[in-house]
Amino acid sequence: MNSELAIDVRGLTKSFSHKRVVNHVSLQVRRGEIFGFLGPNGSGKTTTIRMMCGLLRPDEGTGTCLGFDIRRESDDIKRSVGYMTQKFSYWEDLTIRENLSFVARMYHMADRDRAVADAIADLGLSERADQLVGTLSGGWKQRLALAACLLHEPKLLLLDEPTAGVDPAARRDFWEELHRLASRGISVLVSTHYMDEAERCHKLAYIFNGNLLANGTSEEIIAAQGLTTWIVRGRNLSALSAKLEQTDGVSQTVLFGTSLHVSGTDPSRLEGILRRETAGTECVIEGAETTIEDVFIFLMHTNGIQTETSA
Amino acid sequence: MMPFSRAGFSRLWSMVIKEFLQLKRDRLTFAMIVMIPVMQLILFGYAINSDPKHMPTGLLVSDHSEITRTIIQTLEHSDYFDIKGEFADEESARRALEQGDVQFVVNIPAGFTRSLLRGERPALLIEADATDPTATGLALAAVSQIGEYVMRKDLHGPLSYLNSAAPPFEARVHRMYNPESNTHYNIVPGLMGVILTMMMILMTGLAITRERERGTMENLLAMPVTPLEVLTGKIVPYILIGLLQASIILGASHLLFRVPLFGSLVTLYVVSLVFIAANLMVGITISSLARSQLQAMQMTFFFFLPNILLSGFMFPFRGMPVWAQHIGNLLPLTHFNRMIRGIVLKGSGFSSLWPETWPILLFMAVMMLIAVRFYRRTLD
Repeated sequence: MNSELAIDVRGLTKSFSHKRVVNHVSLQVRRGEIFGFLGPNGSGKTTTIRMMCGLLRPDEGTGTCLGFDIRRESDDIKRSVGYMTQKFSYWEDLTIRENLSFVARMYHMADRDRAVADAIADLGLSERADQLVGTLSGGWKQRLALAACLLHEPKLLLLDEPTAGVDPAARRDFWEELHRLASRGISVLVSTHYMDEAERCHKLAYIFNGNLLANGTSEEIIAAQGLTTWIVRGRNLSALSAKLEQTDGVSQTVLFGTSLHVSGTDPSRLEGILRRETAGTECVIEGAETTIEDVFIFLMHTNGIQTETSA
Repeated sequence: MMPFSRAGFSRLWSMVIKEFLQLKRDRLTFAMIVMIPVMQLILFGYAINSDPKHMPTGLLVSDHSEITRTIIQTLEHSDYFDIKGEFADEESARRALEQGDVQFVVNIPAGFTRSLLRGERPALLIEADATDPTATGLALAAVSQIGEYVMRKDLHGPLSYLNSAAPPFEARVHRMYNPESNTHYNIVPGLMGVILTMMMILMTGLAITRERERGTMENLLAMPVTPLEVLTGKIVPYILIGLLQASIILGASHLLFRVPLFGSLVTLYVVSLVFIAANLMVGITISSLARSQLQAMQMTFFFFLPNILLSGFMFPFRGMPVWAQHIGNLLPLTHFNRMIRGIVLKGSGFSSLWPETWPILLFMAVMMLIAVRFYRRTLD
């Protein structure tokens, strides 16, 4: 066992009613690393995370979480991992203080009152500690959930789409908090489908339809696909986009309001196509860096988009 | 003005279609739509009979003669009484009555025939377990006609001098445990079991499915807490609530309905505790099967209906056909009803309650096995 790894799982596989939801997924997360787990809805992120923390038994595959076997030692994993569920899962008919007290009791914490008081102070919620959790806004609920799963001082955080439905400012604060935690040596595995959040992770994995399609730093993932991207600016971009989509040599087009990202695997051929198509129009083209978002959309297309099913 | 415009009607229709589509997907509701009427029909149509017949009757005969034999035969032919046999002494007759083994004891005193032949109009004593007045009422009414029948059969020829307008003997009915045939005395203690059944099952059923429905179950499962700890933690508050409810019902039945308490309060609470525990197990079982609070409520209702109808609470148990009695005997409420009536009205103690206690314990054990079998430790 490598003590450098907070998570080390290999070949995780899980099926629900004969549908394979996770297919031989292997992941390694180093200690103190923020690991982004990306993929569209229903791609198997939640199922994979649940297998890592012992909430689901994998059909196949093995692995460890903080050195504990995910099949046999799920009780030890539960004690030292903080898991934040995708759906807010604290008790809305209890107050903030009551929720935190409950969690502290569950983990049998020595100085419970103090830990709860500190967590409430850290949250900046001292004045609202006796407010019912159900009356909190989405951003506050998310902060409370993070505080609650940090209460027992876990060494590893498993966060399942923690920023879904949270406004951009709160999301930025949340990510800053995650980096503070990582700097204290806490490992974080965070799933998301926001592409901009991918850039904030040390390492990334991209899962689609249960298959792990990419794994590494964002630079590695971008380089591995060998895509060249051009940006087209001008009018009538949606018509152009539709046309380019059908053209051989263009891998994908992504429309961003006033600009169109066009990617392809053969640089000179792509440039030729673009020059030809935009000649005589008001459109301007310029070479651009391929972003992680372009790569993920490319991965999704090349692996066939299937009907989305909710996780 | 038309209540619905053309567009309005089309919208209404689309609501109707949507409603049916959703009903079709919701299997449990669909099953209820079909099953509830069938169940009610069978139970009301076949199982329930408010004119119970063939009730177990014991004899205490100190005078064997042609005439007393005719009297016993006549009782049997009335279809109301099933003669189970003769008791050795009054003591064992009283115990059988208390335990509910027999509903009636027919006591023919010594010298009955001689006294009858002398025209002294002796008394035939019928002791009835009248805790449930509706069960015994019609049978006791039939007793009054026995004299007439016996007269026609045996008292002819030389004995026809006894064949006067008044019956040759008097059937003296002794309504035990509830001498005034007060239906409150039967219904009110019975209600305790009904209320506890409903509240306990519903509350535990919902308590666990609520966690699942709101998504907090996943959080609980992710914490280092064992299923046993979760289940026990869920049960304990409701045991206390159940005991509180039992006390309220008991107090109210005493104060408002003047129901007496002949047995010991300790026995009553111990028995109630066992019964509450059995119902909580049903609640836990339902909550490990149900996926939502609505399903838990539907399952509770499914379980509750036969309890109300077949436990002897609403209709006399002995009025039901044998198959329905078998079903009734599986339900904890049936046994609790008997025990509570025994304690409250007959003053029964632990020793005579055991025959009703072990079926509840057995039921509880089976429910526990099912609950543990279906409790999901993981989210699989």
